[in-house]
Amino acid sequence: MTSIIEVIDLTKRYGAVVTVDRVSFKVEEHKIYGLLGRNGAGKTTIMHMLTAQQFVSSGEIRVFGEQPYENNNVLERICFIKESQKYPEHYTVRDVLDTAADVYRNWDRAYAMSLVGQFQLPLKRQIKKLSRGMLSAVGIIIGLASRAPLTIFDEPYLGLDAVSRQMFYDCLLADFAEHPRTVLLSTHLIDEVSNLLEHVLLIDGGKLLLDEEAETLRGRAYTISGPKAAVEVFASGRKVLDSQTLGGLTQMTIDNGPNGESGQDEATALGLSVAPVSLQQLCVSYMKRNTGSNKGEK
Amino acid sequence: MGPSMDDNRPIFVQIAERIEDDIIEGTLLEETQAPSTTHIAAFYRINPATAAKGVNLLVDEGILYKKRGIGMFVSTGARQIAVNKRKEQFYEQYIVAMIREAKRLGITVEQLKDMIQKGEVNP
Repeated sequence: MTSIIEVIDLTKRYGAVVTVDRVSFKVEEHKIYGLLGRNGAGKTTIMHMLTAQQFVSSGEIRVFGEQPYENNNVLERICFIKESQKYPEHYTVRDVLDTAADVYRNWDRAYAMSLVGQFQLPLKRQIKKLSRGMLSAVGIIIGLASRAPLTIFDEPYLGLDAVSRQMFYDCLLADFAEHPRTVLLSTHLIDEVSNLLEHVLLIDGGKLLLDEEAETLRGRAYTISGPKAAVEVFASGRKVLDSQTLGGLTQMTIDNGPNGESGQDEATALGLSVAPVSLQQLCVSYMKRNTGSNKGEK
Repeated sequence: MGPSMDDNRPIFVQIAERIEDDIIEGTLLEETQAPSTTHIAAFYRINPATAAKGVNLLVDEGILYKKRGIGMFVSTGARQIAVNKRKEQFYEQYIVAMIREAKRLGITVEQLKDMIQKGEVNP
């Protein structure tokens, strides 16, 4: 597999504040990656550094095997849709799309127009008169129709309703299947995108908490509940992500780890009730745990 | 998202099971074309690579085979393979779970037998 992005010990510091803390990962070609995490986790900063819009404090970045800064060879192959992308205000939607057509080598005009129809965008309207959702739709259309070898979406759906978001996911999947490319999608709506992703990168407090295939994560964590003593016996020696007690009842979220033997059967045999944990719940548990351990250090 | 997948197992396994279901129920006949990974991905709203993994699982088991340049087809004998596989899983999946719950509720083996017979009369 070819690595499209390779990041080693990437760090971003503002004075004493570290927003990205020695993050290392690889992004392989023709896969959809999810960059997941809370607001302020460092997702946007990482995306800005990947696309040479911010300097790194330390560490290394390779995109298409090269360093991205002022490197047109790299940057012309990237389409980056920012959360609050700015366009010249007096431009119409059509002007923006015409400009995109000039910038992106693989631009598909017919596809862009069909997306304009689907998202019901008024072509002649000025950018400054668009609603927040329509503005997001413009970004989504550019991101999809540019068919850039590396497409990066940073929370692309601010103000978009559920129907339009669903449309975005469907279009992304359909077009990705026909024109494979590498997609990095940052979001905190984990439940909505979890089935679209092939790989998950979870960031919290500037640190990389998870770097796994989405399918590996599925089913690897589960929640057990039952009498306190029985739950504790089962949990000993296992990785507990989260624990809650209600009267005599204890509930714990257990992570079996990447190659862990599934303990669900054993738990059921002990009379504990076992429930699956969604990718979103797993991520939330990891983030809660990370926040907890940070507090412990201080 | 899509016709829902459950959270406790990999999606590709669930995709393979749904194709097997279609084969067992006869909605997907032997020697006819199976849905493409692109269609599966779009229908269930899942990553195409995951859909492909599910299809490949069935290829490995001899349930589907690839016709070069056309797509995936259901093998002759696929239904039998799928049924046999399900029979093997039946004990673990249903019997063990049933007895466990029966014990918890204090249902005796005799009562269980009665229930099964009653179920057979009024399916």
